[in-house]
Order: sequence, then structure tokens, then C-alpha cells
Amino acid sequence: MSTLAPPDRSATLPRKKPSSHSDSTFGLLVKITLLGLVDAFAVYVMITLFFQEKWLILIFAAAVTLLINWIYLRKGGLPAKYLAPGIFFLVLFQVFVMLYSGYVAFTNYGDGHNSTKADAVSAIQLSAQQRVPDSPAYRVSILERDGELHLLATDPDGDTSVGATGSPLEATDEAVTDSTGRAVELEGYRTLGFAEILTNQADILAVTVPFSNDPEDGSLKTSDGSSAYVYRPSLSFDEATSTFTNLETGATYTDSGEGSFTSADGEQLSTGWKVNVGFDNFAKAFSDQNIRGPLVQVVLWTFTFAIVSVLSTFALGLFLANAFNLSDLRGKRTYRILMILPYAFPAFLAGLVWSGLLNPEFGFVNNTFFGGADIPWLTDPLLAKVSVLVVNLWLGFPYMFLVCTGALQSLPEEVNEAARMDGASAWRTFTAIKLPLLLVSVAPLLIASFAFNFNNFNVIYMLTDGGPRFDNTTANVGHTDILITMVYEIAFGTGVGRDYGLASALSIIIFIIVAVISAISFRQTKALEDIN
Amino acid sequence: MTTFTDPRAAAAAEPQPQPAGKIPEHRRRTFGQWFRHKGWRHVVGVVTTLFAVFPLIYVLSAALNSNGTMVGSNALFSQIDGGNFEALFTNPSRPFGRWFINTMVIGVVTSAATVFLGALAAYAFSRMRFTGRRFSLLTLLILQMFPQLLAVVAIFLMLNAITDIVPWLGLGSQLGLIMVYLGGALGVNTYLMYGFFNTVPKSLDEAARIDGASHVQVFFTIILPLVTPILAVVGLLAFIGLSSEFVIASVVLTDPDSQTLAVGLYSYVAQQRSENWGVFAAGAVLAAVPVMALFLFLQKYITNGLVAGSVKG
Repeated sequence: MSTLAPPDRSATLPRKKPSSHSDSTFGLLVKITLLGLVDAFAVYVMITLFFQEKWLILIFAAAVTLLINWIYLRKGGLPAKYLAPGIFFLVLFQVFVMLYSGYVAFTNYGDGHNSTKADAVSAIQLSAQQRVPDSPAYRVSILERDGELHLLATDPDGDTSVGATGSPLEATDEAVTDSTGRAVELEGYRTLGFAEILTNQADILAVTVPFSNDPEDGSLKTSDGSSAYVYRPSLSFDEATSTFTNLETGATYTDSGEGSFTSADGEQLSTGWKVNVGFDNFAKAFSDQNIRGPLVQVVLWTFTFAIVSVLSTFALGLFLANAFNLSDLRGKRTYRILMILPYAFPAFLAGLVWSGLLNPEFGFVNNTFFGGADIPWLTDPLLAKVSVLVVNLWLGFPYMFLVCTGALQSLPEEVNEAARMDGASAWRTFTAIKLPLLLVSVAPLLIASFAFNFNNFNVIYMLTDGGPRFDNTTANVGHTDILITMVYEIAFGTGVGRDYGLASALSIIIFIIVAVISAISFRQTKALEDIN
Repeated sequence: MTTFTDPRAAAAAEPQPQPAGKIPEHRRRTFGQWFRHKGWRHVVGVVTTLFAVFPLIYVLSAALNSNGTMVGSNALFSQIDGGNFEALFTNPSRPFGRWFINTMVIGVVTSAATVFLGALAAYAFSRMRFTGRRFSLLTLLILQMFPQLLAVVAIFLMLNAITDIVPWLGLGSQLGLIMVYLGGALGVNTYLMYGFFNTVPKSLDEAARIDGASHVQVFFTIILPLVTPILAVVGLLAFIGLSSEFVIASVVLTDPDSQTLAVGLYSYVAQQRSENWGVFAAGAVLAAVPVMALFLFLQKYITNGLVAGSVKG
């Protein structure tokens, strides 16, 4: 990449603030307004945090707000005033998220493990609801407000109350009742008619109105929209021992220490919570048969893909640059414009378009070039890899062509002439003189290109989606998956449950690989420069 | 911007004079000689051009063929009409028009903010000397090697947490997505701008300072107008990169109405690739045209930038 220019000492400016008269009132006004807006937003956030009792984030937010105000209100410290906005976003969405990945990699965060233990306990209590035998029938009306369904319940004694999923029943005496004493209307709500109840049946079935904030008190549910019954959790929670007991079978589920409740015979309740698991995710990546097999293959393919992509695009680009490095070649400009078109085409679209071209059954390539043959371009493990490389060559060679053209043109002509004088052949001039000189200038770009291809998500995901799948694993990972698409699949894929912890652990591994490779290769390029 | 550290982003810098061409030779030659000297170059040129262009011609032909399916698109330009484009804009569950506007809005706002944040930082680095300056520049250089998409899981979880505090900045929010993108606003952009800022003579701002201009006035009225080319290039490259960004956008934007072209068009063919092919192709053409136009318009700068970048190392 570009070199750091040595700091130019002679040009150092006097860093004294000019007298305040020269700062226009307008500027001051703008500054105060902007700072005021930032502070107003910060206060709004902090009030919200206060009510949600998130003290740690609150303290952090307050500190950041104070820091921002200090930077902009004090005299002097000019560089900080210019750097702060960019650095704020950089720290939050680049540095912090990396550190946070590091933290998540050591937890079991994922589907079924995404909150605190207390949340898990109430989620289990809510989900395991069973109708209480002989429970009294409540007559209900379905009300709607702001898109949320409420139950207006009339209990056997004729008292009315209203509530919704997540907001417990509250007594009300303002409800309008019909001739049978059933409450049917309430001000501020809209009562659903019979037809609407029929069409929204699934939503109405899902409405669970708790009697109080304690889930053990049970809740009201209705199946037909006119009468509701009392439901209680089938699992009872004992806070003293922190165990769940199944009221029917009597089985007890205890805290396993790994973020879930487990019974003596190993049965696990589906909802767990987030705990730190140490190096478990890393251990899992390297020892779990289901992950390790694919992971090794994915890592190998990631390297192959990145290296072959760089070499093939560079080779073709260099060849073309040589072929067209002739000033009196007719049509040179036209060739050039047409050849760089793939580079201008958005990469995600390129993957999708090529996936259509290479479709075995309906694709253009098979039907037109190969006369209707069924060549499995994207479904055979080896051919899929070849296809991915060809498509990436298509996308990447124009860049290398441009780079090499520039580098070739900047080589001093004398070198070329001297070689010719000494009787060197064109090939020898190229390999012995031009190529080494060229490499000095393009090596950093090749490294950058390697790093880019190492995480070239779009091409893989759009072209093959990682497929064809491995058959030695249940995970949705395949022969053309590279590390970053595997991470995406594990974290957000539809195959198995989301596992943020494992995905983060894999991201950390990518981090380390990229860091090591960059460090080594940049040192190598330095060495290359020194030799020349 | 680190999210989209595409090698082309490392490209733009000041234009460089091209070395003078070689002197053409004028001699009569046989076909064999001509072929050995020039003819093969034309063969290479034609073959490579065909390889480069045929997928683009194919997608254009598929877009204009309202037959719709993948098989029907195989006979190039057998039928030309606008049926696919009509279908594209009349599907309420896949609002292409909205995606297009979303992509433009997110792209323009983010690249404008990127340019502004980058320019502020580049001004500080170029014109001020302070402790930690070299360290900060180096840190930026190192940070840009780790693209934001590596931390996509953490970004998702963080926005998920923000949803609880400020819902309009959390998951599903375009503003939240823009904020995430701005995390990459410094990095390589600052580097490019820093280099360009350094080419503006410091005597200019010194003179202005003596005349009583404040540092803010120097920045806005003297420096920024002089560095407009690099601002334009950085902004447009950022825009081009953003319009292809899929990973983070797909995780953050869940509602079809708020999605971008990359996420939306993917959803068009994710399940039934061959049935929706014609409509997808029409969308692809419309999505690619602005980006390609921008790119070709910028071609001269980008090429010069690539050259400069590769030569300087």
C-alpha cells in the first residue's frame, strides 16, 4: 500500500488558535447546534438505559458523551476535533465489534442460548403451558389496538378485565356488556367481528394473557375467540434449588452449568441461556467430527481459491498487458474498454448471472456451447471448484490487466534497450528484467488481492452457495464454501440452529490467518524492495 | 472503507503523466510477419473480449425476453419486449422500485458521510502535527486489513442490543446500517485523501491564516475546493462498493421494503432460480447500469490511480 510520507517538519504550523474574533458567530452557532443535538440524543439514550437498568452501558454512554463535549468545548486540541467523528464510528463499528466477536467466541450464544438465565426460566414457564383441568370458563371478546390483539375477559363472577400477551390482566369496569353480561366493547379498542376472528385464528390462538407477572399464576388462552380457559405451566420452577420439576412425570431438571436445564437421564429443556464456555467453541471446531472434517477441507479450499485466483488473474492480466502494450495497435482502446466491463459489473450480480449460465439443466453454456449436454458445472465437487475459479477469473482479470499495463508503461525504456543490445531474446528480457521490476511495484497489490479473495464472500455465495454439500456432516457446508461463507452459514444459515459462538470462533481464526499472512508477506515485500 | 476493501478502492490517487509511446515502425511486411508482430494480439483481443462480454450480452438478452424462464433465455435476442421490466415494477411482495431507491439513498448518504469524515481526518493528518499522529496512521493501515464483514456476527448482536434501547437505530433500520458502514469511513479512504491533501501547498493555508481565516474556514474554503477530484473519486468508489455489499445488509435489513438491491435481487432467485430468471435479469440490468456508467465515467481516474498506486507501492 502507499508508503507513509515522512512527516514534513519544516511545514509545521503554529498551532495557536487565532483570536476568537476571527471565528465567525455563524460557525459558533453551528457548533453549538450540532453539539446540542448530539447531547440531546445522548440524554435520550441514557434515560432509556436508566429505565432499562442497564447500568454498565449507561456509565459507558455517559463517559463517551462527556468525552465528546470535552473535545469540542475546550480550547486547543484541534486535531482531536477533526478526528473524533470518524474515530467514533471506527471504534464502535470496527474495533469494538472485533473485540466483541472475541468475547462471543467464548460463549455458547446462539439459538436457544440468547439471553440471561432469568429470561430462560420465564420463557420455559411460558412455553410449557397446559390447560388446568376443570378450569372455569371465561367468556371473552377479542379486541384490537395498534395491531395488537387483546382479550376482554368476563370471569364467572361477571367481573371484567383486559390484557394481552406479555401484559397481565387488568380489571376494568368501563367495558360495555351485552344482554348476557359478557363484556363486548371497551373504549380505545376495536372489537373484532366473527368474520375477523375466523381469518385471524392463528394469531388469536397465540394470545396468552398472564394473570400476573408471575408465570406460575397461569394465564388465559382461547381457542375459539369466545371462551377462554386457565393454563398453567407444566413445569414448576423452584427458586431455592434452581430446578424445574415436571408436574406430570415428576422428572427434575437441574442447572447443568452449561447454560441449560438437564434431567438426570440427559434430557435438555429447549430454552437455555448464555454462559461463558471457555475454549469449547475452538475445541469443537477442531475435535467435533461434524465440524472438523468440513473445516479442514474448507480451510484448504480457501487457500487454494485465494492463491489460484490471484495467480490466474495476474497471469492473464500480465499476458494481456504485454499483448496490448504496443502503441500502434489498432483498436487497442476498444479492446480495453470491452475487457474491463466485467470489473465494472457488480460482483454479486456476476455470481448470480453465471449461476444461470452454468445451470446444468437450463443453462446457456450447456445448451448452446455443449449442445444440450448435462455437464454438472455447479453440482460436481471438482467442476464446481473449477467454475468458481473461472468466474472469479472473469471478475478479476481486468483489474490485473489495468495494474500491469500501468506498471509496464512506467518501466524505463533504457532497460529494455540495454537488454536488446546484449542480445537477449524477448522472452528472456521479459522473465529476467521486466518481471522482477514489475513484481516490486505490484507485489503489495497482489497481497491485497489475496486478502480480498480470502474473504470473497459474494462470488461463492451467489454462484454455488457453497454447494455441492459435504456428505460427511449435518452442517450446511459444501465443497466450495470458504471460511467466511461457512461463518455466515453457521451464524445465519437456515440448515441447523444458529450458533453465534462457533461462528465467532471461526471468525477469530480467519482474523489470525489474515493477520499472520499480511505480516509475513509485507515483510517479504520489504525484503524484495531492499534487494532491488 | 474496510467493508468493501476491494482492490479497486486502493486505487485512486492523483493522475500521472503517461510515458510517451514508442515510435511506430513503418515497413511493408508479409502476412506472416504481420501476424507474428500484431495479428496474434488481435486474436487474443477478440477472444478475451468475447469471454468478457458474453455474460453481459446474455443477461441483456434475457432481460428483454419476456418468455421469463432460463431455458427461454438461451436463444439470444430471439424476442425483444419490456414484459420483464413491467413485471419487475408490479410485484408488491418484491418492491424493486423501493430497493432501487433504498440502495441509492443508503449509498449516497453513506458515501457522502464517508467522504466528509475522511476529509476531516485527512486534514488533521496532513496539516497538523500532534503526538500519536504516526501511530494513528499506522493503526488505520493495519485496521483496514480486517474487513468489517469478518465481525458480521458481532455487528448483528450489537444492533440487536441497540434495538432494545433505540429501536430506530437497531436491526431492520437503514440508519443503523449506514452507521455500521461508517465504521469503515476512515481507513483506506483517509490514506488516499491524506496523500492528495499533502500535494496542496501549505503556503496557501498559511497565507489564509495570516489574513485571519480560522482553521475551519481554511478547511472549507481553501482545502476542500482544491481536493475535489479525490473527494469525488473516494465518494464514487465508496458508492460502487456499497451497491454490491450483501453480507451486512442481508443481516441488518429484514423487511422487504427496506432492503437494498443486492439483498432483494438475491431473494428473487434464491429459491426458484430458473422460473424468475427473466425478471431477475431485467432487475440485474437496471441495477448494473448506474454502477457501470459511474465506473466507465471514472475509468480514467481509476486507471491512473491504479497506475500511480502500483508504481508508488
